[in-house]
Amino acid sequence: MSTPTNQSVRPRDTGDTEVTPPRRPGELTLTEMLRWAWRQLTSMRTALILLLLLALAAIPGSVVPQSDVDSLKAANWQDAHPTLTPIYEKLGLFSVYSSPWFSAIYILLMVSLVGCFIPRTFVYWKAMRAAPPPAPRNLTRLPDHTSYDTDAEPEEALAAAEAELKKRHFRVVRAGDAVSAERGRLREAGNLLFHVSVLVVLVGFAVGSLFGYRGGVILVVGNGFSNNLTQYDDFVPGSLFSADAMEPFTFDVKDFDVDWLTEGPSKGQARGFVSHLEYRETPNAEPKDYDLKVNHPLKIGGTEVFLIGHGYAPVITIRDGNGDVAYSGPTIFLPTDQSFRSFGVVKAPDARPTQIGLEGEFYPTYAFTDETGPFSAFGQATNPAISMLVYEGDLGMDSGEPQSVYQLDKADADLVRKPDGSMFRVDLAPGQQAKLPDGLGTVSFDGLQQWNKIQVSRTPGKLVALAGVVLALLGLLGSLYVRPRRIWARARRRDGRTYVEVAGLDRSGGGDVASELHEIVSALGAGTPADRREEES
Amino acid sequence: MTDQSWEILSNQFVAVAGVLYFLALISTLIEWASLRRLPAEEVVTTGRTAMFGRLGLILTGMAVVAHFVALVGRGMAADPNRVPWGNMYEFTLSGTFVVAAAYLLLRSRLGLAWMGPIVVTLVLSLLMVDVIWLHEPVAPLTEALFSPWLVIHVVSAILATGAFTLAGICSALYLVKDRARPRQTGYLARVPSPAVLDRVSYRLHSFGFPIWTFAVLITGPIWAHQAWSSYWNWDPKEVWAFITWVVYAAYLHARSTAGWKGRNAAIVALVALATLWFNFIGINFFSSTSQHSYASGAAQVETRG
Repeated sequence: MSTPTNQSVRPRDTGDTEVTPPRRPGELTLTEMLRWAWRQLTSMRTALILLLLLALAAIPGSVVPQSDVDSLKAANWQDAHPTLTPIYEKLGLFSVYSSPWFSAIYILLMVSLVGCFIPRTFVYWKAMRAAPPPAPRNLTRLPDHTSYDTDAEPEEALAAAEAELKKRHFRVVRAGDAVSAERGRLREAGNLLFHVSVLVVLVGFAVGSLFGYRGGVILVVGNGFSNNLTQYDDFVPGSLFSADAMEPFTFDVKDFDVDWLTEGPSKGQARGFVSHLEYRETPNAEPKDYDLKVNHPLKIGGTEVFLIGHGYAPVITIRDGNGDVAYSGPTIFLPTDQSFRSFGVVKAPDARPTQIGLEGEFYPTYAFTDETGPFSAFGQATNPAISMLVYEGDLGMDSGEPQSVYQLDKADADLVRKPDGSMFRVDLAPGQQAKLPDGLGTVSFDGLQQWNKIQVSRTPGKLVALAGVVLALLGLLGSLYVRPRRIWARARRRDGRTYVEVAGLDRSGGGDVASELHEIVSALGAGTPADRREEES
Repeated sequence: MTDQSWEILSNQFVAVAGVLYFLALISTLIEWASLRRLPAEEVVTTGRTAMFGRLGLILTGMAVVAHFVALVGRGMAADPNRVPWGNMYEFTLSGTFVVAAAYLLLRSRLGLAWMGPIVVTLVLSLLMVDVIWLHEPVAPLTEALFSPWLVIHVVSAILATGAFTLAGICSALYLVKDRARPRQTGYLARVPSPAVLDRVSYRLHSFGFPIWTFAVLITGPIWAHQAWSSYWNWDPKEVWAFITWVVYAAYLHARSTAGWKGRNAAIVALVALATLWFNFIGINFFSSTSQHSYASGAAQVETRG
């Protein structure tokens, strides 16, 4: 990590006779300016501030619903906050993690990382091949030092020290009356590995989000799916995604099982969701069976298929005023609580004389109290019922604008009431039929089906990202646990004996060389310790 | 034993642990109160003060054992038996256990005796919060939690949380000690010097950080990919785990940056600890955004530590 110096402000030595106009203090040429900016950017302090900024910038995305993550939730939030929405949109708060400002921070951080990484690699490369530095003249100046007297010749004492240090895996060099030893240079290697791995992770992540895709589809059990764009309910492609990359598999949801717990403390919960699929890797391939479960995705080539949700689809039929079937089929209701009380909408734009819309709830186990109103007592369909309000008029479906199938446009439609003006609800159990007021028609609840929410995703580069994180972790272990340190020993004659000084320097910023020095000196069979571990100050 | 009796046993042992922690706290406080007037260099090994010190330590040890029994009981009470990490109550029970156990294990190695009253107070308070606000009856795991990754992911996250919490205590005391004027007597005088606190804090952080990396950036994404189809979803819990990771990375950088060493680094470490505990407990109350709508499972999937 280079620190900015004043060097660059010094006027350049032009080296010829040309007279350069005097420069005002602080004036920089373009190159100097760039060099200064580069030094600022790659300084440790900047990296630190960028890291803190990155953390800060990530926060809004956990508070404001993100449209790339949950588009429905984001849309609902936007509807509920009409004033804030345009401001938030300008700020990119609905897609924080792909917004220019978030990208700017991490791109600057990566530039800073590269700018720090490259010079450090050179320094490390040189240091790898350099011998341990010669002993400082005054070893007792170092914070950790000790000394002892021995009867051995200086030469022998140094040889013993050298042997001991080598035994302890130090790189040792003898120079004059001293021995220099160094260990733990892998810390910097770990450090460099960690930083380069961060780039690898980023590349893997980028490949995934550029070329990958993720799509979801809700399928009523019994129906099939083929992997092309038209079949998805929601689809989030990467920016460089091409539809050619979609593997042409197909599958049918044959059946779906859930175990509902009817006793015990977790009564009402479900477990053991299994979606029985029959799939073909290509349209002409042999069909194969797969039991799709949570945590057990189906892999087809580079694509994976996940079971991520389920719910109920009541089969509802609307006959219009003329007695013609205006709508019939399983209708997907979205669960709103853990007992699968679900919300749904039925639209019959072809009904005559007016269009008919239904909006209301489905209860797998219908229950009622005066305090709560209707609710679902249990997620399993033991006493299913629908309770819906009816609208007539223009459902806004002829304007050509796309409409959500889970929302009813009631702007130009009227709530249907009983002839006396009181509330009218269609409350039905399976097999029942209700007559609508004013001869609008009938609604019947013919049966119940289930649906599965299936997620399909293709994330190229995920193994690159994984390899990157694993390497980063290895590098991190090296950079945190390898303790680089230097030890020097010097021997000379004093008062007819040999006086050996040993000193150590911790270079990790968190280590403790004193105890190691102590061990080394004990191992050398130090006769009489002269002054063991004197603390300076 | 039936599942119900295991659950009752677990609840009883949480209560026992609470009482023992409380008694340990009282003993430790008596010890430190009588040490207050003595010069900091004086080591007391006999007499009433030393007795209360030892008693406090033994009581803490017994409390940790009771705490462990409560955790085991919690796991045995579920059907099928499982690791006790299904909801916030259980995560907090485990997290506080790791903090207390790590303190006992590292006490002599890192010279953490001074931390006793703080750790016991912290664990006791968190345990009370846990029992009063977060308690939930034993329930089987929701579908998405049925995975071997549950054990690996949660063990590493909780271990790192424990280490970071102890490290945070060191950093907080560093700041206090750094500002206070040097004294000969009193509690602060017996807290190690700022340099030592800084080093102990760094060692605990450098123990926690790789484990946190493993939990958040390796096991988390692998499991998320299996369960939710995408290894990184920018889900609030993930976002905050990432924020915590980034701030701890900043701490490690700060420690070797001129002008940021010492005080600023300690502040960064405490900010990181705040994001960690906010993510552990707080985020569940602030955000319910989740694309992983495994209907009934959704709410609980999100409370995975």
